[in-house]
Amino acid sequence: MIEISLGHYLTLGAIIFSIGVLGIFLNRKNVIIILMSIELILLAVNINLVSFSIYLQDIVGQVFVIFILTVAAAEAAIGLAIIVAYYKNKGSINVETINTLKG
Amino acid sequence: MLVHSLFFYFFSLITVFSALMVTISRSTINSVFFLILVFVSVSILFIFIGAEFLGMIMLIVYVGAVAVLFLFVVMMLNISSQTTKKNKRKGLINNIPVGLIFGTIIFLELIIALGGWKYKSDFVNLSNASLNAGITNTHALGNVLYTDYIHLFQISGIILLVAMIGAIILTFSKKENVKRQKYLTQIQREKITAISLVDVKIGDGVKLND
Repeated sequence: MIEISLGHYLTLGAIIFSIGVLGIFLNRKNVIIILMSIELILLAVNINLVSFSIYLQDIVGQVFVIFILTVAAAEAAIGLAIIVAYYKNKGSINVETINTLKG
Repeated sequence: MLVHSLFFYFFSLITVFSALMVTISRSTINSVFFLILVFVSVSILFIFIGAEFLGMIMLIVYVGAVAVLFLFVVMMLNISSQTTKKNKRKGLINNIPVGLIFGTIIFLELIIALGGWKYKSDFVNLSNASLNAGITNTHALGNVLYTDYIHLFQISGIILLVAMIGAIILTFSKKENVKRQKYLTQIQREKITAISLVDVKIGDGVKLND
């Protein structure tokens, strides 16, 4: 318990991942919170990669974290641009009102 | 060792608390601030276990760029007037059971998968880039990133470029009364169509056919 091992970091990653998934389900306010939950999920993946990289003494895990950071930044930019374009068209980004594809 | 565990528990508690607050916070702007807090504390954890470069990059990229982008969008869009209180409550209560079920299932799966994982003593590293080479973390990352992974590195640059172009195109709006430069017409303009020589007789004026 007092000794911090790999398991502690992996548990932290698992908790943050689950909170991210929960956030996607629970949130009914607006799409921006969903995007933030996706960022949380990516952060949990990063925590796992870094802790394994330190534990196995292999730097490649950290290289992949850099690539995940890149893709996450690109994804956030595109997602926010889509949200802004949607807001311009419809005047609202409430999740409940985005149901055009429901049929 | 005690200091290490104290640091770990302190920052991971802050991380988990603020990650929860990101999802259940009332106003969106508070969620963005809690997201920033999550990133800061996780980057401190990264620095603490020896991945300094990544901790700093997390601070720069996430707190400096992504979170500020979120803040800008939240402040630009008028969100707070969109939802009524009653509607919000009802939606949250309706979604709590399914969200909790999915969240706990995924959490248990992760715990089972990670708890069953055993470190093999004959584990062979995928690369020969070990951490214990007596160089700094940044140096070691650079050694690998610019040699073995140079193609992935350049592809990630292209991804960023495409994302930038896509974001600009998505949010670009054509204005009605603004005259814009027509590049193609400018480039295709030639001397023959642009200039015409006219023989002018003395005493006569010039009439151009335009």
